[in-house]
Amino acid sequence: MGAPARRRFISVLAGLAAAPLWPGRAARAQDDPFAPLLRKITGGATVNPGRVTVDTPRLADNGHSVPLKVSVVSPMTAADHVRSITLLSGRNPRPLIATFHLGPKAGRPEVATRVRLNGSQRVLAVAQLSDGSYWSGSAEVEVTESACLDAS
Amino acid sequence: MVARVQIPQQAKRGEVIEVRIAIQHPMETGFRFDLLGRAIPKNVINNLSVRYNGAEVFRAELGSGIAANPYVQFCTVAEASGEFVFEWMDDAGQRGAERASITISG
Amino acid sequence: MLACSANAAEPQKPAPLKSGVEFTSEDVRKLQADDFANPGMLWVARGAKLWGEPAGSSGKSCAACHGDAAKSMRGVATRYPRVDPGAAKLVNLEGRINLCRERNQQAEPLKLESDELLALTAYVAYPSRGLPVAVAVDPQNRKNFERGRDLYFRRSGQMNMACTHCHDRNWGRQLLGDTISQGHGNGYPTYRLEWQTTGSLQRRIRACFFGLRAEMPPYGAQDLLDLELYLGWRASGLPIETPGVRR
Repeated sequence: MGAPARRRFISVLAGLAAAPLWPGRAARAQDDPFAPLLRKITGGATVNPGRVTVDTPRLADNGHSVPLKVSVVSPMTAADHVRSITLLSGRNPRPLIATFHLGPKAGRPEVATRVRLNGSQRVLAVAQLSDGSYWSGSAEVEVTESACLDAS
Repeated sequence: MVARVQIPQQAKRGEVIEVRIAIQHPMETGFRFDLLGRAIPKNVINNLSVRYNGAEVFRAELGSGIAANPYVQFCTVAEASGEFVFEWMDDAGQRGAERASITISG
Repeated sequence: MLACSANAAEPQKPAPLKSGVEFTSEDVRKLQADDFANPGMLWVARGAKLWGEPAGSSGKSCAACHGDAAKSMRGVATRYPRVDPGAAKLVNLEGRINLCRERNQQAEPLKLESDELLALTAYVAYPSRGLPVAVAVDPQNRKNFERGRDLYFRRSGQMNMACTHCHDRNWGRQLLGDTISQGHGNGYPTYRLEWQTTGSLQRRIRACFFGLRAEMPPYGAQDLLDLELYLGWRASGLPIETPGVRR
């Protein structure tokens, strides 16, 4: 290889080393995959991270059936309660998993169910409170055996 | 549709009780194919509503992301003795319903 | 009396004997133990309904003869497969239910692996929960037992492996993401998360043949029945867990 070609080769290598091969955490936060769907759900209102806990196994036995529980911090009074909890998938072919409508008579703002997860992903739960504000919590789940698109 | 519901038989007024329901349903996603390669049409329970003495205390809109043989657990405040009525419907229009009674003391 | 005797010619059973549930995750164990959340209980519930419904030209329900299944069926599942004296052949619990339908209800046998048969089988086995598997090997079923045993140790499929290679030599070890169990059927019919439904032990054995890239015997095949008998002998002492939950 001649000197100019070698310099070009080395500068290309240097360029590759500098640019991450896939986006790091900072880049992920900017193009949040949930953002467009959240905008539709909240009508553009801000979703505040917090108050919502998603309890689900870190490693799912099988993507066809993953136990999942969402709980929200709320006094559940007539004046201050959870109106609804929406579950979103970061990777399923249909990202909207379910919406649960509660109300002040719910007593405890908790819902448990079993979901299908199409591969390892983040599951997001968004709670709408009676004052119209939105809060969210999420959990990362590893799924070694996927549901939905597995036609076996 | 085979379904089972669970509420406490008795509770004190004002107590927060757990309500559970399990329904036998394939929650067919529409993404599966049969052995001849034909797509199996989507059919999931899309709506579940629970009324307690006539007033709705819980409602869920479900999709194919809910596992087969759906299971839902939620809470409600025990108020007066009476009946819980669970009703649901799937994409094919099949309806299901279950009832359970509760006795409230205090 | 050949049943379960310490016979030097008989293959070794795994020691200590462990049910398949011991190789599952905490979530699956919790699900099996929760009588409401256990999805298999939906089939038990359906079986309870079918138990009370008249069947066949007899117009009789199972309950008409057997009354309360919780009492009359207690212990029954622990003894199957067994040779049915009337039919003079080995039957599993599903087969015995179908024989009863034909003889006593003048009803058509239920299709193998159908939802109704799974439901009735789960309902009939449920009262035996907690009771130890007590499959007898006797002169009547000795040939079936030996055929089942030979199948268990025979290599098959493209993988060219036998049941023993996983379930005796490698139980407790990892196979990709799974922990290999000892291969007992004490939880069947069982709700498998992968199936998204309840299935029989024959379905599970067929899936194993599929895993070996071997031809799967059809439902009701003599091979599967003989294997069920051998597996029943091998699981003697383990508690019935029907309806089980497995991944």
